[in-house]
Amino acid sequence: MLYSLLCYSDERVVANWSEDKDRAVMAHHVSVVKQLAATDQVGPVVRLMPTTTATTVRKGRDAVVIDGPFAETKEQLLGFYIVECASLEDAIRIASELVHEPGAIEIRPIQYFSDRGEPRTLAKERAQSGATARKRDVQ
Amino acid sequence: MTDIAWIDAALTAARPQVVAALLRYFRSLDTAEEAFQEASLRALKVWPANGPPRDPAAWLIFVARNFALDEARKSQRHDSLPDEAAISDTDDAQTDLAERLDNAHYRDDILRLLFICCHPELPATQQIALALRIVSGLTVPEIARAFLVSESAMEQRITRAKRRVAAAQVPFETPGQAERQERLNTVAAMIYLLFNEGYSASGGDVHVRIPLCEEAIRLARLLLRLFPGEPEIMGLTALLLLQHARAAARLDANGAIVLLDDQDRRLWNQDLIAEGLSLVEKALRHRRPGPYQIQAAIAAIHSRAATPQETDWAEIDQLYGALERIQPSPVVTLNRAVAVSKVKGPEAALELIEPIAPQLANYFHFYGVRGAFLVQLGRKNEARADFDRAISLARTAAEAAHIRMNIDRLMKDSEPTVRPASA
Repeated sequence: MLYSLLCYSDERVVANWSEDKDRAVMAHHVSVVKQLAATDQVGPVVRLMPTTTATTVRKGRDAVVIDGPFAETKEQLLGFYIVECASLEDAIRIASELVHEPGAIEIRPIQYFSDRGEPRTLAKERAQSGATARKRDVQ
Repeated sequence: MTDIAWIDAALTAARPQVVAALLRYFRSLDTAEEAFQEASLRALKVWPANGPPRDPAAWLIFVARNFALDEARKSQRHDSLPDEAAISDTDDAQTDLAERLDNAHYRDDILRLLFICCHPELPATQQIALALRIVSGLTVPEIARAFLVSESAMEQRITRAKRRVAAAQVPFETPGQAERQERLNTVAAMIYLLFNEGYSASGGDVHVRIPLCEEAIRLARLLLRLFPGEPEIMGLTALLLLQHARAAARLDANGAIVLLDDQDRRLWNQDLIAEGLSLVEKALRHRRPGPYQIQAAIAAIHSRAATPQETDWAEIDQLYGALERIQPSPVVTLNRAVAVSKVKGPEAALELIEPIAPQLANYFHFYGVRGAFLVQLGRKNEARADFDRAISLARTAAEAAHIRMNIDRLMKDSEPTVRPASA
């Protein structure tokens, strides 16, 4: 079974952590991810940027683009994509294709994306871990 | 068991909303501050054992309000009490606090709180000091240290500023659209000043004061959370993030200034850059350009260049041109001249800044920049005169030392190597 672990917290509090605290938290994540990677148990690990960077696409007659996060608590998170785009415009285009009523897609840039503790792109990820990636695809 | 670092961060994060709400209830900065202080102390006692409440801000507002009402009751026993006095027990009422508290206005509450700190009668440094004390919750000694004055002087300054804003009577009604926009602009300008004060100190031994920059970023993010659709607030936040991303590279181990061209770009904070670039892109979609967005776009160009040679100076020149049109200022022209010198050479740059020389007669950077152009043109004596003038205008030791280094090079080298300042 594949599981996703969705990390929740109050970003206002996280933003007020000292840099040392933030580094300590991230270091802990990295150490856990390394153990999991050793047994090939972990897929992409993502740190999302603050919700202030978010753009939300809703389904109206046409897709409606709204600044800010999708914050309504009535809806539940049902899934997510990771896409690599040349621009926000591109990401909005893709989200507009995927969004359906009722619901919305929040586009949030990713700050941190790796199972090895360093920022990467999808292309790099594929190029550098060809063998592991193939193995995971089969699962 | 709740981590003390978490509690500390939670209290800092909740502070603007809590103090702003308390200010709306009690209409007094001192009461609001004191009540917040008391509620924080109780939080430190209760949260470690019971775990944090679901909504720390709501908990703090509730406890602080009761404290302030009790205090008011004690001091004016014979006066009739407001309705809120009916709420007295903090323990059993916590369940649906979030619903009970009026969250609808908290955006305007926080904006009002920030706006009160930027009263136009207050000089910029007092506005900043007041915001740091009231909104950010920095202690007086911390603020005094940041401004390099004694604690008692800062205490006095803040007390005086508070008295002044209390007398100013900022209205408590929900502001109209135009007024809200005006408040937003004023507050944004204060945050920008606060950042600049940290980015390039206006005096003293320390050239960069990181805590002030970080505080400015915190306030900008706070403002952006309140107004997520305002492109200028996106621009402001992006600008601060992109500038601050270079902090580690801007000074060397001895505290000497390292110019943009000479910075070790591996020291730039890529997380901050990524966040800043995302915000710039979001802002540009609105097609409502403004000064902060343009400055952020300029900072973004520098951030994207992996080496100084890859910098798109022509684009920077154009952006400064746009900035000059919406916000004409000799300082903007001076900055544009640096871009022009890269694109068209020092002669053109010199020509551009000649008309603004009288306006910038007492501006440190003017002489540093013009001196560098003159060096490039081999006009050493004039360059030397400009550098001497710059030293006499330097506000920090690092600024003076940087110009002295230029003079040393000028004396030593026959080949000009000095570049205009654009750190």
